[in-house]
Amino acid sequence: MDIPMSWLKEYTPVTADLKDFVEDITLTGSKVEGYTSVAGSIKNIVTGHIKAIEKHPDADKLVVCTIDAGQGKDLTIVTGATNVRVGDFVPVALDGAVLADGKEIHTGALRGVTSEGMLCSVEELGCDRHDFPDAPENGIYIFPQAVELGKDVVDLLDLHDDVVEFEITSNRPDCFSILGIAREAAATYKIPFRYPEITVKEEAAGCAEDMVKVDIENPALCPRYVARVVKNVKIEPSPRWMRKRLRMAGVRPINNIVDITNYVMLEMGQPMHAFSIETIKDRHIIVRNAKEGEKITTLDGVERNLDPSMLVIADPEKAVAVAGVMGGENSMIVEGSEAVLFESANFDGPNVRITAKKVGLRTDASSKFEKGLDPNLALEAVNRAVQLVELLGAGEVVPGIVDNYPNKRTSWELSYSPEWINRFLGTDISEKQMQEIFERIELKVDPVNHKVMVPTFRPDLEAQADLAEEIARFYGYDKIEATLASGTPTVGKKTYEQAITALVKDTMIAEGLCEAMTYSFESPKVFDKLLIPADSELRKTVTISNPLGEDFSVMRTVSFNGILNSLATNYNRRNESAALFEIARIYIPKALPLTELPHEIPTLTMGLYGNMDFYDLKGIIEHLMHVLGMDKVTEYVPDKSYSWMHPGRTASVVIHGEKIGYLGEVHPAVAKNYEIGTRAYLAVLDMEKVIAHANRTVIYQALPKFPAITRDIAMLVKEDVTVKQIADIIKKNGGDYLEDLKLFDVYQGEQIEAGHKSVAYSISFRSTEKTLADSDIAGAMEAILKGLAEELDAQLRDK
Amino acid sequence: MREQLKRIHDMALQAFQEATEIKDIDDLKVKYLGKKGELTAILKEMGKLSAEERPVIGQIANEVRQDIERVLEDSKKRLEAAEMAYRLEKEKIDVTMPGKARPEGHKHPMSIVIDEICNIFMGMGYEVADGPEIEKDYYNFEALNIPANHPAKDEQDTFYINGDILLRTQTSPVQVRTMEKGKLPIRMVCPGAVYRSDEVDATHSPVFHQLEGMVIDKNVTMGDLKGALAVFAKELFGEDTKVRFRPHHFPFTEPSAEMDVSCFACGGEGCRVCKGEGYIELLGCGMVHPKVLKMSGIDPEEYSGFAFGMGLERVAMQRYGITDLRLLFENDMKFLKQF
Repeated sequence: MDIPMSWLKEYTPVTADLKDFVEDITLTGSKVEGYTSVAGSIKNIVTGHIKAIEKHPDADKLVVCTIDAGQGKDLTIVTGATNVRVGDFVPVALDGAVLADGKEIHTGALRGVTSEGMLCSVEELGCDRHDFPDAPENGIYIFPQAVELGKDVVDLLDLHDDVVEFEITSNRPDCFSILGIAREAAATYKIPFRYPEITVKEEAAGCAEDMVKVDIENPALCPRYVARVVKNVKIEPSPRWMRKRLRMAGVRPINNIVDITNYVMLEMGQPMHAFSIETIKDRHIIVRNAKEGEKITTLDGVERNLDPSMLVIADPEKAVAVAGVMGGENSMIVEGSEAVLFESANFDGPNVRITAKKVGLRTDASSKFEKGLDPNLALEAVNRAVQLVELLGAGEVVPGIVDNYPNKRTSWELSYSPEWINRFLGTDISEKQMQEIFERIELKVDPVNHKVMVPTFRPDLEAQADLAEEIARFYGYDKIEATLASGTPTVGKKTYEQAITALVKDTMIAEGLCEAMTYSFESPKVFDKLLIPADSELRKTVTISNPLGEDFSVMRTVSFNGILNSLATNYNRRNESAALFEIARIYIPKALPLTELPHEIPTLTMGLYGNMDFYDLKGIIEHLMHVLGMDKVTEYVPDKSYSWMHPGRTASVVIHGEKIGYLGEVHPAVAKNYEIGTRAYLAVLDMEKVIAHANRTVIYQALPKFPAITRDIAMLVKEDVTVKQIADIIKKNGGDYLEDLKLFDVYQGEQIEAGHKSVAYSISFRSTEKTLADSDIAGAMEAILKGLAEELDAQLRDK
Repeated sequence: MREQLKRIHDMALQAFQEATEIKDIDDLKVKYLGKKGELTAILKEMGKLSAEERPVIGQIANEVRQDIERVLEDSKKRLEAAEMAYRLEKEKIDVTMPGKARPEGHKHPMSIVIDEICNIFMGMGYEVADGPEIEKDYYNFEALNIPANHPAKDEQDTFYINGDILLRTQTSPVQVRTMEKGKLPIRMVCPGAVYRSDEVDATHSPVFHQLEGMVIDKNVTMGDLKGALAVFAKELFGEDTKVRFRPHHFPFTEPSAEMDVSCFACGGEGCRVCKGEGYIELLGCGMVHPKVLKMSGIDPEEYSGFAFGMGLERVAMQRYGITDLRLLFENDMKFLKQF
């Protein structure tokens, strides 16, 4: 909310300069978003008088003016404006002047004629024709009467003000007004605060109660409705002081009656509406719920569909306003409106908020109502409005007030304990000081019994903790001494799961992968891109009912779409290679539609392309398994079950018969769908399972005392025999001394029979008790070779 | 015999000094000092000398031998040094050639910030907790004193799955879940992803990260809140960091505050980073609302506590001078390798 300081100062005598004020009031809890000095940058624009106008010798569209701007000598100013005449009084920007938009004006030649300044329009003074209805469209502003020459135009036209923008939090609807902020300012500086004096002369004949009838059908949604009537209305622009205040507060002036309602809304925080009384049938206002299918065209000319959850202001025939949101076109004030009904009502905040949202119309009024206004404000506000009507001569106020107030809000009592407050805050504030702070914010204090009466405009004060905050903010948050909590000591450390997760991340980074971050929701089209069958469980997603768009509408059930997209981004940007990992969740519904929270499974995803292949990726996983103490129990099993993976280049990672993930090459068709123009590799591990199987217990093995014997064997096998089959046979037949086996060569080529490959292993044997002799392992070697020959038809090659 | 010895002595010395390779030294050693060497040959003749001459010649022969051995050692050292110098010269490489590339992995800047903040709090005795991202309305709103129809619910632009289940808009539900477990005292922080319906642009993302923390114990005061968060700010931004607490409003704390830290770029003078204010808004905090304690089964008469929460993207962006939030989600290697 924009608060013009000149307006605020009418109610409390703030003397601090703008910057200090902003800081001081921020520290007592009214948050300043920004502040500006309106017209503060305008310099050197003064009043001038046009003494002569001549044609420019060298330009048809320019004229040369001789101006007396009280500078001791006449100025020559060239202008292209066509609306100035000899004898006019105009604003003159002198040499060195600064316009509202920051532009500087200097003496200079225009088509060969030296111009010693510029004549100004209202726009160049930072205003528009709403501020100066008498200003011409696209022309120089001409003062309506003679003015003293050489006077500062900003002062003369009263263009300057300081405007402070406040962020009003939802608990303080009372601060949504000039008066509310003035009250806070007064409490901040311990200076007086005064309400406007409201007196109404009521000079018209008649009585409002006889002219208007009000019925509230739904008092829960309309706790109060106050109406006053003004006759013999004269619609005209409001005076400039009012237009200026509205404009400074960010509201566009319209005409005197509308301006008055806006003025009161800004000043007191109570939205108002003015109806043309003759449009209200039987002059009977009914506050009721809208009917099914009912429509109303609002003041902005748009037809709105209503439903029975919404509250309308109606007459016996039709709705004339959407309560708390906007009036209807059918009841608006027009030239010649005979009498005006000022409505100052109180509506239920949540209902106004929901209605505004449903009809798609959030107005200044609705945004105030939705915070929950004090119904006791309504009467003061309507009286303030009709007072202004009288002040502006906009009409004659009819005596009497129609006030329908079925749900009265009264002050409430709260107890407080000074000891508790001091203990809670960690302060030592005296009872007297607490009492004084309470009184500053208009709480009535009973210091003996430690009770306060809360004014009805402070619904946020419900309990002692709320009172503690009031004490704290006016005592000064900065004065509360910072202490370090004593209490029971606690140990801050990572949980086991967090420790393993951190270890996994560290290993990924050590292996040269960069950590990625991707969105957890995606498009359902992802499943098609990944060639996932229509009946797959993976397509059963947790779906967002109000997503930003289809692309962000389902919670992922696979972890790697974001990584594949990121690989594509890198590929697209011609990065030679990319190696990414992420630990993030997938969201698996237990049942659909969702009745309980889904299973969120943290998942490790690795994705890479460029200068790496399947075996690089496998090496990374083997290293990870080693770090986690799982390498001895991990198996890699060929797996064709993933539609998005290359069926011949994918292995699942299996531990004790349980699949914990997989790795392999991305299916070429999927890579193409993602526009990755090279082989890409993907690994996915279920972190819950990884954590369950991780074993960080290390038991030291004695270092060998005796040397090992090594035997190298090379064999020829059919090419579809896996090295795992060979290794299994070696292990099975290796005997007690078998220590280790290492694959050191796999070869297919010229010297090898077609359809076959050569595989070479180095096998080592060791005893913990003696140095082995050849004879000790002869039996084992024989068994190995026999096994290989019999089971795999392997032919031993000379080695 | 004396002349013979002198001749051997002179010849040997000259030969050793003229030697250019270690191999020559070894050969000369054999030639002069070896079992069949020249000096040995002469000494074998010693028996022919008189008893008077024998010790005299013997002493001379010994001196000759020692001289030769000394020169031999010197020459050997000289040649070894020369050989080493030659080798070192020959083995010179171009040290300006680039090193061999090692795998180069990097933590995501968000992780760096999250880990650093968690480590600071762990050092202060806080546990790191975690909770679901798809959350019940109760935990995200109601238990935090944000009842149905509260305007704060709209302000947060919530993504809903259905009427009761939503994507958490804040990490605060983890606090509620921690309180519900009923184990006191509580000192915890919870970092994590949160969701709000903001269109993607340079400063908004529908997914972003928060870290919240909470302390509940007997006699926890607002002074304790200030103390703990001041320590945290100094750890994160440096010892000279100043903090400022401004009153604010959050439904789940009372009193509530926002904490600003003195601008790390200018130290409080006012600059572009802090928009001339000298301070940067870092986090929201406050004393846990007694209603919130009560709803989670904690007696507000006996216990009190404070809570705080901050957006982490902003911390990372300010620290690294990142001006576009989208970079954090693109995962361009050229970006990630900078951290």
